[in-house]
Amino acid sequence: MMSGARILLECLLRENVDCIFGYPGGVTLPLYDAMYDHAIRHVLVRHEQNACFAAEGYARSTGKVGVCCATSGPGATNLVTGLVDAMMDSIPVVALTGQVSTKLIGSDAFQEADTFGITRSCTKHNFLVKTIADLPQAIHEAFYIASSGRPGPVLVDIPKDVFQAQAHYSPVSSIHLPGYKVIVEGHAGQIRRAAQMMWDAERPLVYAGGGIVAADASAELRELVETLDTPAVTTLMGLGILPSAHPNFISMPGMHGSYAANMAMTQCDLLIALGTRFDDRVTGRLSAFAPKAKVIHVDIDPAEIGKNRAADLPIVGDVKKVLAKLNRNLKELAAEAGSKNESSRQSWGRQVREWKQEHPLTPEISQEEIKPQHLMREIDRLSGGRAIVASDVGQHQMWAAQFIRFDEPRLWLNSGGLGSMGFGLPAAIGAQFARPDKLVFAIVGDGGFQMSIPELATIVNHSLPVKIIIMNNGYLGMVRQWQELFYNNRLSAVELSSFPDVTKLAGAYGFKGRTVERPSELSSALEEAVREPGPYLLNVRVTPFENVYPMVPAGAAIHEMVLGPPQPVTA
Amino acid sequence: MLQIISLLVENKPGSLMRITGLLSARAYNIESLTVARTLDPELSRMSIVVDVEPHLRSQVIKQMNKLINVLQATDLTDSPAVCRDMALMRIKAPLANRTAILKEAEIFGARVVDQSTEGFALEATGDPEKLDEFIDVMRGYGDIDVIRSGSVAVSLETKKLRLSPPVPRGGGNPAREEEPVESK
Repeated sequence: MMSGARILLECLLRENVDCIFGYPGGVTLPLYDAMYDHAIRHVLVRHEQNACFAAEGYARSTGKVGVCCATSGPGATNLVTGLVDAMMDSIPVVALTGQVSTKLIGSDAFQEADTFGITRSCTKHNFLVKTIADLPQAIHEAFYIASSGRPGPVLVDIPKDVFQAQAHYSPVSSIHLPGYKVIVEGHAGQIRRAAQMMWDAERPLVYAGGGIVAADASAELRELVETLDTPAVTTLMGLGILPSAHPNFISMPGMHGSYAANMAMTQCDLLIALGTRFDDRVTGRLSAFAPKAKVIHVDIDPAEIGKNRAADLPIVGDVKKVLAKLNRNLKELAAEAGSKNESSRQSWGRQVREWKQEHPLTPEISQEEIKPQHLMREIDRLSGGRAIVASDVGQHQMWAAQFIRFDEPRLWLNSGGLGSMGFGLPAAIGAQFARPDKLVFAIVGDGGFQMSIPELATIVNHSLPVKIIIMNNGYLGMVRQWQELFYNNRLSAVELSSFPDVTKLAGAYGFKGRTVERPSELSSALEEAVREPGPYLLNVRVTPFENVYPMVPAGAAIHEMVLGPPQPVTA
Repeated sequence: MLQIISLLVENKPGSLMRITGLLSARAYNIESLTVARTLDPELSRMSIVVDVEPHLRSQVIKQMNKLINVLQATDLTDSPAVCRDMALMRIKAPLANRTAILKEAEIFGARVVDQSTEGFALEATGDPEKLDEFIDVMRGYGDIDVIRSGSVAVSLETKKLRLSPPVPRGGGNPAREEEPVESK
């Protein structure tokens, strides 16, 4: 006989879980008691929201399912932001929550909340396990659902008496979810037609996103781009799926995307959308988005096809498998027909290169004060395309996306869909646990950092060598930018005064911290942070009123982007 | 515009919440909803009539089909289907009107399910518009109380039900690696 808590841990082992990010409480006492002498490592965070973000960091940096754990009531409600975050970015997370005993459910018991109801819309699926007999099945179903198809968060709510109950444990050998329809293989005829369309196009453009990361399809993507010799943009969620130095890679499109990427989107005659969902931050005004293009849309989620932009040729399937077949078809076409549309393809490639040269993304650098772009360029230099960068949300996130290069997927971790401030630091913690050999930067603003300060204790507890770089402009910069540009510069509730002294702050936790203000100190300070064997807190005072450009104003088409601040008129 | 959706769902706690939650999250108003078990007691059949802009109808069906507990969601709005609604009605009728009421009821195919000195209880089924008419006619005879079931709909075409087979999982029985499901 085994307790429910013990059975849960056995199931987690069978799902290859090595690490849980969590926070204990009343109803999870039996679970934590079972963990006391169990092989699975538990990482105590300082707030449940950060348990979920850390699980996401673990999942985003590895592709494995991240696991977080919280008690009933406030513990479970604190997970909600992280669950929605994982939902929006399709990140495999399993959340385990305690619930009051089955007999007390519905009685407004102490620390009771309707977790099952509350998380219905924040999860891909959720379970309320009412008997110990259902527990193993529910756990394995949760991991299967979280990690298959379009990945996402799954929550399992477990009452205290289910943890305490005793039962004979016989391992589950299979699960049956008759209504869970995952279409893996793309339709062969559609794939053939897609290859032909690509072959026939004069100005094709690959537009690839986070689905390539989830499907582990970077190699196939690269082969497609090279076979077709087509320019490619990758979304914020897809940075790293093509090496930054790849000659066909343009950069990120959208609201803060590059001129070349947005112009290529606008002028292409065939848009090859791969594992991406035509997010409003990418498309700008939808009616003016890629107006000349036919669209091929490959996605594992049928509900994404035609949701925002009608697809001329939809393919539902795992983008890795679809790309492998597309590449075979394209090679056959090449063998049969030789080259096609060579002159128009060449002039299209030339045009894209011209756009890149016309308005490249170049970092502002000043001798007097540190520009945020300068900071990102320095981090990029130290990373060399190989470090993990977990970003928070705001201006620094956009500058990091613009100026830090990533040569592989799963290095760039950010809250793309939900835009949750407070994501960066706990995500870096999860990533450093998952990949202890990696240099991990947490790039945060002075706003988001102050949402995450409690987790400095977690970092110290586990001696995680995370390099926390605060891009400190003294403002909630992205909101301030919008107030400046669209609300007559009436800066309302965006100034962050009273920022702590980071040397003292880090010192209080027992590690090193430093503030830099002069451009001349920047590179040596960053080098010092990287050299430090433990964690490091570097507060970089940057110029306060820098805005992120290019910028597509809300409601504008992406080719109507504003390239920079209005220039002073010189007489 | 009203969309008629037929759903085959697992008869499990939370199934209904997932489906209605999907609609309420998009601010769609449900006009009517019926649920009952099918011949297979593990499954339920739902008919939902909901106000959805026409261009979003297929998105609603796709989102419903994504729910793990939904085996099949079908849009019956424009496809061959029979849609019926039932009304139970209590009508106070003075003696003088009774013959006329019974005559009207007979014309509409309604049945008397109870009668007393006060009046009748009537049961009527029909397509929703026909029932509207019947209720209008009856209101002419005095005070009525009406309760309607909401629409139940059955497709006149058989649509192939695609179900996913069991998947090896949990390591209890070292079978082959899991490889999900089916191609379209």
